[in-house]
Amino acid sequence: MIPPGDDGRHSRRALLRMATGAAAGWVLTSCGPKRLFEVPREKLRASLAEMEARYRETYGADVTVSDTPAMRGVTFAYALDLSRCIGCRRCVYACVAENNQSRDPQIHWIRVLEMDKDKGVDFEHANPYYAAKEVPREGHFYVPVACQQCENPACVKTCPSGATWKEPDGIVVVDYDWCIGCRCCMAACPYGARHFNWARPSIPKDELNPKMHVLGNRPRPKGVVEKCTFCIQRTREGRYPACVEVCPVGARKFGNLLDPDSEIRYVIEHKRVLVLKEELNTMPKFFYFYGT
Amino acid sequence: MTAFPTASRVIPALAMALACAAPARAAAPEPGPPEIEVPPPPFTDGIFPCSNCHASLPVNRTRRVLTDMHDDIVLEHDEQHRWCLDCHDATDRDSLHLASGEKVPFERSYLLCGQCHGEKLRDWRAGVHGRRVGSWNAHKSYLLCAHCHNPHQPHFKPLEPKPAPKPPARLGAAVESAP
Repeated sequence: MIPPGDDGRHSRRALLRMATGAAAGWVLTSCGPKRLFEVPREKLRASLAEMEARYRETYGADVTVSDTPAMRGVTFAYALDLSRCIGCRRCVYACVAENNQSRDPQIHWIRVLEMDKDKGVDFEHANPYYAAKEVPREGHFYVPVACQQCENPACVKTCPSGATWKEPDGIVVVDYDWCIGCRCCMAACPYGARHFNWARPSIPKDELNPKMHVLGNRPRPKGVVEKCTFCIQRTREGRYPACVEVCPVGARKFGNLLDPDSEIRYVIEHKRVLVLKEELNTMPKFFYFYGT
Repeated sequence: MTAFPTASRVIPALAMALACAAPARAAAPEPGPPEIEVPPPPFTDGIFPCSNCHASLPVNRTRRVLTDMHDDIVLEHDEQHRWCLDCHDATDRDSLHLASGEKVPFERSYLLCGQCHGEKLRDWRAGVHGRRVGSWNAHKSYLLCAHCHNPHQPHFKPLEPKPAPKPPARLGAAVESAP
């Protein structure tokens, strides 16, 4: 019996209908795509196999996509010797080749800033576009900047879709399938370390690095953000990042922050160390030091 | 990944090495700092072993400017105070020698460099000076000092930089052609 004046909106039937709708919605959304850290292992394996097949077809290379997880008891950290770096940009191009960055439009994860010795570390007057016959140029020093792998990453905090997060070994990664391309993280990052794929990335087939990690150097789709991952496909296998191995002056150091015998700990304990924009409390795990 | 040995370990080791200076090359490695794996020294092609030529030449210990051979080597490394035989051994041409007279093979020339550049040697052993390749938590290989620094002119030579990044610009039409 419907009381007079009620048009039936508050009936038991209406309530049931609404509840069913909500339940269906909940079931449907939870069946949809998941971020990689939520995906069950078997399902992830299957989608990696799909990815491999797709890349093999596109690039004609024997591609492997791994999902090597973080090692226990490892927090990665990086150190760069400002008194050694000569600004030769070998690291930039080794990174491009290793991590399958787009050649055109050009994406570089590492930017080498040329600074004035008179001014010190001063981003206002830094020049990433210097061209010279020979480096180092008189009166200048060089500060290569890539992702600082912050312990307190502003990019992760700001991401509205949860597509970027900090892994247990400290690497901040991006799930390219979950990124919606809003670029909030790029605005939040104080180091300019995140890069957007404005167009479909172009990688020459013969220059593709076929050894890939799902959270690292696999070819990105158009419209997503990417960044340095400390060469996750190499470092999780125990190797040095590509930039460390290519640096002709040996300015780049890499290791486990939790290992008291590591190079990183030696640098922190024996050298003058600084981090960029310390006052922002991002707590970078990328240290700059003076080796002399 | 080894901690740098403390002075208490180094000093007895050095003393031992000094005591048996002559057979140092043949004897088993001393219980000092562990041997560090390095690639072969960067010799000019065909120049080593030096004894190929020097075995038949008389030893002339007079400090002089070389004119007949090795005149391409310009010493710019404390040249006021040193010359060839301060590092190269006059009696065993295929080895170097320390200030103490102890012979050192070219493969361990870092000991020679470390006589003056002790803190650099310490940093190098710790993996902080110089380039390393390999694994951050396992086997890694070092380079000798001489791989990056010409021992006769050790100042690092300037390099030509790789091209500068392109400044941000509007996407061109060429961009759409991806593989």
